[in-house]
Amino acid sequence: MISKEEVLKIAKLARLELTEIEVEKMQKDLSSVLDYFDILKNAPKLKKQKEVKDKHQNNSLRMDEVITMPASLANNLIGLAPDKKEDYIKVKSIL
Amino acid sequence: MRQMDILDLTIVQLHEGFKKKQFTSVEVTKEYLGQIKKTDSKIHAFLTVTENLALEQAKKADEIIASGNDFPLLCGIPCSIKDAILVQGEKATAGSKMLENYVAPYDATVIKRLKEQGAVILGKTNLDEFAMGVSTENSAFKVTKNPHDLTKVSGGSSGGSAASVASKQAVFSLASDTGGSIRLPASFCGVVGLNPTYGAVSRHGLIAMASSLDQIGPIAKTIEDAKIVFDVISGKDSMDSTSADYKFETKEVSLKDLKIGVPKEYFAEGLDPQVEKIIKEAIKKAEDAGAKIVPISLSMTNYAIACYYIIVPSEVSANLARFDGIKYGKSQQDAPNLLDVYLKSRGVGFGVEPKRRILIGTYALSSGYYDAYYKKAQEIKELIKQDFAQSFEKVDVIFSPVSPIPAFNIGEKSSDPLAMYLMDIYTCPLKLAGLPALSIPAGRIGKLPVGLQIIGNYFEENTILSVASQLEKMLL
Repeated sequence: MISKEEVLKIAKLARLELTEIEVEKMQKDLSSVLDYFDILKNAPKLKKQKEVKDKHQNNSLRMDEVITMPASLANNLIGLAPDKKEDYIKVKSIL
Repeated sequence: MRQMDILDLTIVQLHEGFKKKQFTSVEVTKEYLGQIKKTDSKIHAFLTVTENLALEQAKKADEIIASGNDFPLLCGIPCSIKDAILVQGEKATAGSKMLENYVAPYDATVIKRLKEQGAVILGKTNLDEFAMGVSTENSAFKVTKNPHDLTKVSGGSSGGSAASVASKQAVFSLASDTGGSIRLPASFCGVVGLNPTYGAVSRHGLIAMASSLDQIGPIAKTIEDAKIVFDVISGKDSMDSTSADYKFETKEVSLKDLKIGVPKEYFAEGLDPQVEKIIKEAIKKAEDAGAKIVPISLSMTNYAIACYYIIVPSEVSANLARFDGIKYGKSQQDAPNLLDVYLKSRGVGFGVEPKRRILIGTYALSSGYYDAYYKKAQEIKELIKQDFAQSFEKVDVIFSPVSPIPAFNIGEKSSDPLAMYLMDIYTCPLKLAGLPALSIPAGRIGKLPVGLQIIGNYFEENTILSVASQLEKMLL
């Protein structure tokens, strides 16, 4: 079984606050899922990656150019921020 | 025309009715809104009913229809949209407290295409939180009931979409499929669901779960309806770099001499005998119509779930990092510092299943575990792809069940995440290969529908749709 400390360490990496009850639950749930993954130990090994040429996939790079969008879109996006000052999203000080 | 009749009409039938002035889009839209009001307190398919938007769009559609010119097939047709797809100016919650008050700032590309056609959007449908689940029980807001038996789940994650079509609350619905989220609820609710080839439909404006697998597709009453909607939403979009340069073309494929692969691993232990019987009968009907049944083996099947539930949580842990309490969504601004804003906003905003997947993914990607999990899963994914590629050298399509069991009781599996994950056994392997597949009603166990899955080769939606439309008549 995965330890409480391990769950807390992963949760911190994932920037996720968990309650005491959640930590216990995740210990149990993660352990059963990770145990299930053991099935892959018996899986065959990949010998060679086959190159599959896909006629529908083109080069997905595009020109590095400015695409103009309506100002209303920017307003809509900024408008969603929980804390803002004029047209800027406000973040708590980090220093 | 009586109300019951209007709610039974397909897209083409409604289109003809508009043309002949038998009814207007506003009238049809009002019938559907009335049906939602009448039935949704029992079904719980909708999270938001966009009545004002719907009536405004219907009015506009009627103006286009009245102009006397030709008009698109979806013009004036009322539909529902999974609440993970953005409709500008309307809420898009993804079934999560995290986005409880989030209003979409723009339209998804698929919504733009529906709007260009003049379609009518009735509302946003319920789903498992961030599309993570097989029953809609993971929705932060409500559980969508199965319209055929209210004690059973509707399937998931697009349970609201499937239930809305099954209970005649919408002509069709747009949903998304990562591991089975279109096909499973379609199977449980007795409607048609199409998961397109990876890249066939733009995901711009779909709230992402696992970007290497997510696809948008239609849920509809009939194969013809699903085909019409797919035709409209598919194709290249500059806003989704994975979208393919692909134009859907109808193709008639005869059942005669069609080679249908039947994978032995999909009829092994764990498959409900009654489901097996229905699927085998459907295969027999295809055989009677002249198809050749070819036994095949997809030998990697047993490893697919583990592979899938490493890759998906890994991508989830990255994709859901954007919900940080800063840009949008739930925010605990009273936290003392920036780190606490992150921790608390995410702690409060996410439900149990997203948390579980974020943790599994973070674990699988963390230093020291990466090779054993993520890298291994990527190798298995490649082997699964090769498995299917070899099969499609011998067969044209593959037939299988969608799910090992019919719709289960609400609450039956909710405390056992692994039991839920195992429901994806027939639907997720082909996703890892990026293939298209659909679910079509094949029979019933008591009141509960059972879906047949038809899997096609890359970008051969036209083949599986053509095969399904012939079977549709035989399976009725």
